[in-house]
Amino acid sequence: MIVKPRRDKAWLGVLPVLLIVAFSAVVPLMTVVNYSVQDVLDFNTRFFVGLEWYEATLTDPRFQAAFFRQLAFSATILIIEIPLGILVARGIPRTSKYTGLIIVLLAIPLLIPWNVVGTIWQLFARSDIGLLGVVLNSVGIDYNYTSNPADAWVTLVAMDVWHWTSLVALLSFAGLSAIPPAFYQAAEIDGAGSWQIFRFVELPRLRSVLVIAVLLRLMDSFMIYTEPFVLTGGGPGNTTTFLSQYLATMAVGQFDLGPAAAFSVVYFLFTLLFCWLFYTSVIREDDG
Amino acid sequence: MDKICRILLVSYGVYLLIPLYWLVMISLQANADIVSGFSVVPEAVSLANFTEIAASAVWRSAFANSLSYVLINSAISLLVAIPAAYVFSRYRFLGDRQLFFWLLTNRMAPPAVFLLPFFQLYSAVGLFDTPFAVALAHCLFTVPLAVWILEGFFSAVSRELDEMAHLDGFGFVEFFLKIFIPVNRGAIGVAFFFCFMFSWVELLLARTLSGSAAKPVVVVMTRTVSASGLDWGVLAAAGVLTVIPGVFVVWFVRKHLVKGFALGRV
Repeated sequence: MIVKPRRDKAWLGVLPVLLIVAFSAVVPLMTVVNYSVQDVLDFNTRFFVGLEWYEATLTDPRFQAAFFRQLAFSATILIIEIPLGILVARGIPRTSKYTGLIIVLLAIPLLIPWNVVGTIWQLFARSDIGLLGVVLNSVGIDYNYTSNPADAWVTLVAMDVWHWTSLVALLSFAGLSAIPPAFYQAAEIDGAGSWQIFRFVELPRLRSVLVIAVLLRLMDSFMIYTEPFVLTGGGPGNTTTFLSQYLATMAVGQFDLGPAAAFSVVYFLFTLLFCWLFYTSVIREDDG
Repeated sequence: MDKICRILLVSYGVYLLIPLYWLVMISLQANADIVSGFSVVPEAVSLANFTEIAASAVWRSAFANSLSYVLINSAISLLVAIPAAYVFSRYRFLGDRQLFFWLLTNRMAPPAVFLLPFFQLYSAVGLFDTPFAVALAHCLFTVPLAVWILEGFFSAVSRELDEMAHLDGFGFVEFFLKIFIPVNRGAIGVAFFFCFMFSWVELLLARTLSGSAAKPVVVVMTRTVSASGLDWGVLAAAGVLTVIPGVFVVWFVRKHLVKGFALGRV
């Protein structure tokens, strides 16, 4: 480990970043906190209401329902995408003329605007014009994601797996490529099978990239808005309404400033909490 | 097990391609054909949907608007992230670790939280409905990510490079512009790719911060759905067009991309 020299003048280098982030994150966040403790009738008439909106948010049954839906969604996609991504990454040839092509192909879903992802799946899954919908119905499965909540969920999860497994796969592939060949040779001399190589050589060395992958997927799935908005619009009923969508309805649709702001703060804190819990649990394992 | 992984890769690749195939197929058909009959391989194929987009002033300006805020955002992000990543990779200073982690927490803020304050903030400073509003708002997540990625790359560059340049009589600014940045052009390419990607794909903030003048392509697409009675063909064609710039960028940085992930630190 190289020791970096200490130099407080280096602060000058981070100053521009601080200014930009202060403008685009700190000021807006303070505005939100400010609104969250006031009842805003119009921009000149407001009352201080303390923590009333927070209480209202936490006891709101629609918030609670959206929250647990959100947890179920994030858990489901993590359980599918992380193992699948690792295995797909193992399947990518390390040094072949096709490697670059495979990487570009895998990266494509990541580069599609999120509403287009929703549109693609809408076109793909509709039971009248979509390939998936028509095929499923013609083999006798009654499938209609716009009227059946279970179908809507399966479609959303399938879409997220389609959209984001590539990120896990690319990160894992980067981690795998960084393993020195000597590790594999040593394992081969010891007579390790491919499962043992995976379990004892590859998996431990993938840890740091997997931490990034889980963190990114955790926070992004927790903020998901656009894809369900386009695909299901939160329906049928409210069965696929997640936190962001509920919040957007409240803030922009109904213009309930105070409650929406309290909701925002609670939402942000929960996202931070989950990321922090995951992060510290991984770090502690490290020490032990 | 190796065989299973190879099979999974191929099946996943197929799974990726089928919806994309469907998108392209729909984009090549007239709306009447899409709605009337179902077939896996269409009988009549035409580029009519694409020419309709090319001929429409609304679509053309929408693509121009999107590209301009994405490019402004990438430029701002890289401009502020490069010096920050350099000092993070070279020095220890008061509060450096806390600052680094705090930057990342901004990446964890759900954009929906910022809708309202962003709207008011950018209206107040007169940037609402210009590409600059969206570009600055997207800095919320592109700047932390760019710093994070660049720091990983810069840390991998030996400090001897800095010292050699100093011995050769280069001043700091000259060294930075003439040696350090060219040496790290791959890293900067990767950071550009990520800024481009996350700014290009975002809808919620882009929609909230643009009125009629700076309307981006993702917004025009959602309005096409509701306004003109669901023209699936045009919608699909616009979807195909939005995929192209990203593919173009990823093709140029594909070699650095994988390396960039591996070097990034948590």
